[in-house]
Amino acid sequence: MAYDKFTVLESTAVPLPIENVDTDQIIPARFLKATERKGFGDNLFRDWRYNSDDSPKKEFVLNNPTYSGKILVGGKNFGSGSSREHAAWAVYDYGFRCVVSSFFADIFKNNCLNIGVLPVQVSPEFLDEIFKAIEADPNATLTVDLPNQKISLNTTGTSESFEINDYKKGNMLNGFDDIDYLMNMGETISEFAENTPL
Amino acid sequence: MKKTLFDKVWDSHVVKSIENGPDVLFIDRHMVHEVTSPVAFLGLNNRGIKVKYPERTFATADHNTPTINQHLPVEDPLSANQLAALEANAKEHGVSYWGLGHEKNGVVHVVGPEYGITQPGATIVCGDSHTSTHGAFGAIAFGIGTSEVEMVLSTQCIMQPKPKKMRIKVEGTLNKGVTPKDVGLYIISKLTTSGATGYFIEYAGQVFEDMTMEGRMTVCNLSIEMGARGGMIAPDQKTFEYISGREFTPKGADLEKAQAYWDTLYTDEGAEFDREITFQGSDIEPMITFGTNPGLGMGISNSIPTAADLDAAEASYKKSLDYMEYHEGEAMLGKKVDYVFIGSCTNGRIEDFRAFASVVKGRKKADHITAWLVPGSHQVEAAIKEEGLLDIFNEAGFELREPGCSACLAMNDDKIPAGKYAVSTSNRNFEGRQGPGSRTMLASPLVAAAAAVTGVVTDPRELI
Ligand code: SF4
Repeated sequence: MAYDKFTVLESTAVPLPIENVDTDQIIPARFLKATERKGFGDNLFRDWRYNSDDSPKKEFVLNNPTYSGKILVGGKNFGSGSSREHAAWAVYDYGFRCVVSSFFADIFKNNCLNIGVLPVQVSPEFLDEIFKAIEADPNATLTVDLPNQKISLNTTGTSESFEINDYKKGNMLNGFDDIDYLMNMGETISEFAENTPL
Repeated sequence: MKKTLFDKVWDSHVVKSIENGPDVLFIDRHMVHEVTSPVAFLGLNNRGIKVKYPERTFATADHNTPTINQHLPVEDPLSANQLAALEANAKEHGVSYWGLGHEKNGVVHVVGPEYGITQPGATIVCGDSHTSTHGAFGAIAFGIGTSEVEMVLSTQCIMQPKPKKMRIKVEGTLNKGVTPKDVGLYIISKLTTSGATGYFIEYAGQVFEDMTMEGRMTVCNLSIEMGARGGMIAPDQKTFEYISGREFTPKGADLEKAQAYWDTLYTDEGAEFDREITFQGSDIEPMITFGTNPGLGMGISNSIPTAADLDAAEASYKKSLDYMEYHEGEAMLGKKVDYVFIGSCTNGRIEDFRAFASVVKGRKKADHITAWLVPGSHQVEAAIKEEGLLDIFNEAGFELREPGCSACLAMNDDKIPAGKYAVSTSNRNFEGRQGPGSRTMLASPLVAAAAAVTGVVTDPRELI
């Protein structure tokens, strides 16, 4: 599915300084019953965000109007657990375009890249600095510059470069997805399949 | 060049390598289930294309299905809708569908091996992270997201960079009461849930050589819980015997050709890994988890470690123990248990039910325990009945449910109530994984059985 192009994003950020945030927290299994990709943002972090009677939990960061923005900053090992792309959809659908952490689980990272959410891995020290800056000033902004592979904390001017492979970078910059690419090599794949027994 | 088992299988499936980008990897077999596929099929329909190789695609319903009264219509309208969508999509695209009530229905990673869909040296994917299970046969098998499900349906390929390689050896032999599940939980407790992120694992050493195929599946299944893309074990005589004669296993001349390839599937002497770790089988005890990720496990007779012992981030560790209402330094033995779940693609096969039966035989279920015994497939269910295990279960006060994922992810009605404690043979103990507010202790079928008859966390070695 094609998505909006990603070039440079400047935004305030929402801090979630918890380690090992798993996909069951991002979107609990009972909300995976849809047959269309719609409405997942409402249930992002459902059980941390709402009580069992659906009233919001005031202390959870998404219910705190002080924090907003298109960037989610999470603790180490973000997105561990299931392969459900619904987790990445929920993040996107809620309005985030970028997740920053010092470490990402593999499948979640891959899923994000496939749907137009940019995972940005920073050093543990820089992550710490970002959390502190947001805590000190919720209006602090980050700039995520994909063409230059650089993320900056604008209040202090500190920045770090981040990694992304050229192919995925090109996709994000242009809003392309892998299927477009693979469909264009249909014949090569068919030939390969013929020589590959079932 | 000397190659690892993983290199051999991966490299032979690369259609194209993109410089400073991913490999285009050909997928031999694709398993599909109702939860992660509808949006992928929608994508195909929007593009106006059909599944490229329906004969390489297999669909089953498992995540969302009830485990009682499967002959009746599914009550929850959303679940029913998802099941109907898969059935319609499979039909429209000419894909075989083993839906509810079909004799081959069951948990995707249980039925794949049962029918010989899983084969050595194959690339196998499914929109479910525990696809790593199939690595037990020397396949490269891993979970993918829905965008990738769409890619495989439409092109039979995915695009991924080649992971790094790790070899985990477990040498020696296992002690009494120690099962493959304990081996998996032990390794995760040592590596943490992110310790193998970015890697594909090969398991080797005496313990895996001695292990049954079902045991190997249990360990490979848990690979994802240490962050790995997947885990695999070189095929051997046991593997070939297991797959022989199954419905989708090659026959005749095809088999001879396949066998010639399978015989090349081992890591060459001197091939290099990015990381190697060795454990001793004799160091492993029956395991149990005490926190809210699978890495927070320990030998059942130990006490809950401190944040400092674990080198864990204090706040996150505290949050985890608070959720469980446990404290640092406490023993797990004797802790209250309300529910017991045996099943899932980790421990829902016949050997798991035999192990469970070996403990409950001649004993009675503790009164306050609710136990859900959920076979991984109809084949497992049939074997439970044929081998007389069902009689043992009934005698001890247990009932058997019908196949499905059930309380492993609690998408259907099999939810552990808020605040209750479950000893579960599944693979994840995340907050609310088994139902909102539920608390999960992961363990082997033996530990689950010991809890079911005593009503508290109990060392199974005392009962066998
Ligand atoms: S049993 Fe659990 S882990 Fe296995 S396929 Fe089902 S939901 Fe996934």
